[in-house]
Amino acid sequence: MNRKSKLMAGLLGLAFLTLCAGTAWASGGGTEAAAATGMPQDGSPWWYWPIILLVATFIMGIVAVLGGVGGGVLFVPIISGFFPFHLDFVRGAGLLVALAGALAAGPGLLRSGLASLRLAIPVALIASSCAIVGAMVGLALPTNIVQIALGATILGICVLMLTAKKSTFPDVPESDKLGSILKIYGVYREESTGETINWKVHRTPLGLLLFVVIGVMAGMFGLGAGWANVPVLNLLMGAPLKISVATSKFLLSITDTSAAWIYMNQGAVIPMMVVPSLVGIMLGSFVGVRILKVVKPTFIRWMVIGILAFAGLKALSKGLGF
Amino acid sequence: MSQDQKIGPSPEQLLYANILNKGMLAGLIILLITFALYVFGIVSPYVPLDKLSNYWGLGVNDYLHELNIPTGWAWLGMLGYSDFLNFIGIAFLAGVSIICYIAIIPTLLKNDDKIFAVIAILEVIVLTAAASGIFGSGGH
Repeated sequence: MNRKSKLMAGLLGLAFLTLCAGTAWASGGGTEAAAATGMPQDGSPWWYWPIILLVATFIMGIVAVLGGVGGGVLFVPIISGFFPFHLDFVRGAGLLVALAGALAAGPGLLRSGLASLRLAIPVALIASSCAIVGAMVGLALPTNIVQIALGATILGICVLMLTAKKSTFPDVPESDKLGSILKIYGVYREESTGETINWKVHRTPLGLLLFVVIGVMAGMFGLGAGWANVPVLNLLMGAPLKISVATSKFLLSITDTSAAWIYMNQGAVIPMMVVPSLVGIMLGSFVGVRILKVVKPTFIRWMVIGILAFAGLKALSKGLGF
Repeated sequence: MSQDQKIGPSPEQLLYANILNKGMLAGLIILLITFALYVFGIVSPYVPLDKLSNYWGLGVNDYLHELNIPTGWAWLGMLGYSDFLNFIGIAFLAGVSIICYIAIIPTLLKNDDKIFAVIAILEVIVLTAAASGIFGSGGH
C-alpha cells in the first residue's frame, strides 16, 4: 500500500474515531434521563447534532464505498452507539438512509443489466413481507433487548466479513426446479474480460427461506441487508458476484420500503435526523467512488470491521446496562 | 430450460428503472425544499427547533405522548407545520417502488409472464398494506 493511500486511510480513520469519541463524550451518560424530564440536554444549539450527523454520515458514506459495505450497516450501530438519539429513531432513519442509497443506485444498476429484476422480484416478496414482521417486533420489544440483539448481530456481521468467501463465477451445473419455474436466469457482459456470461441459480428454496431471516433482521434493526443478501445470492444460490452485489443493492429499495413504512406509521421518524443523514451518506458515497482509485480497499475493509466491532460491543454494553 | 439469449435488461426492467429514477429525483428534490423551509424557519414547525433535542432521546411512545403527535397518516392533517411537510418527500421516496411495480404488471401480463405478474401484484399488496398503517401505530 503506497504512502498516499496509507495517509488517506489513516486520516479517515482518525477523523471518524475522533468524531465518535467526541459525540460519545458530548452526549453523556445521563442523556435519556435528562430528556425524560424535558430539560435541555447539553446546552448546545439546535443545529449542533444535525451538523455532526451530517459530517459523520458523510465520512460513513466514504468509508462504506471504500470498505465495500452498505451505509445502513454502519449507520445504526454507530449512530445509536455514539449519538444521543433513541434507538427507535436511529432505526427509522437507518432504513430510510439505506432506502435512499438503493433508490439512487437502483436505476443505473437495472439499466446496465447488472441488477436482475427476475432474481430480485421473488426474493423481494419474501424479504419485504418479513421486514414488516421484523419492524413490528423490533418496535414492540424493550430497547435493551433490541440493543443486545443488535450488538450480537453486528459482531456476527464482523465474523461474516472476516470469513465469508466470494465467488466471482460460481459453478451452477443446472438450475433447480423452482429456479426454472421462476425463470431466474440471465445474460450479462463481463466488461473486464469482454465475455458474455450466462448465469442461473440453484438451491432456490433454501435461498428464499434465508431471506425470511434476512427480512426480519432488516426490519428489526433498521440495517440495510446487503451484508446478508450478497452471500446468499452469490455463495448459496450461485449468482455471479457482480449480479449478486448489484441485485442486492436494488433489492434494498423494496425490502427497506416495507419496513420504513412501519416505522413511519408508528411515528419513529424524525426529519431532523433523516435528512442530514441522507444527504451526508449520499455525498459521502459520491466522494468515496472518486477516491476509490487512490485508496487500497483492503485496509479500509479492516478498518470498517474494527469500527463495527467497537460499535457492536458498545451496543451490547448499552443493552446490558454497563 | 430456455434462457433469454439477449444481453441487456428486459423492457419491464428498463421501465422499472426509468420510473424509479424519476421518482427518486422527485422525492429528493421535494425533501430538500421542505427541509429548507423547516431549518430556515420559513414555515413554523410543530416542535420548535430549540426544543427538539429534549425529546429525541425518548423512546417513540414517550416521544409521541410528550408532544401529542398522532401516528399513521395523521401527518397529512399537520402539513401546516414545516417538520411535517418533510413527510411528503419521505413518503414519496418510500412509495416510489409501489408505483414501479404497478407500472410493470401490464407488461408482464402482456408477455404471458403470469407467475411474475402474480408475484408483482402480491408485492404491491404487501407494500401498500405496510404503507396504509393497518399493522398498527404507536411504539412500545
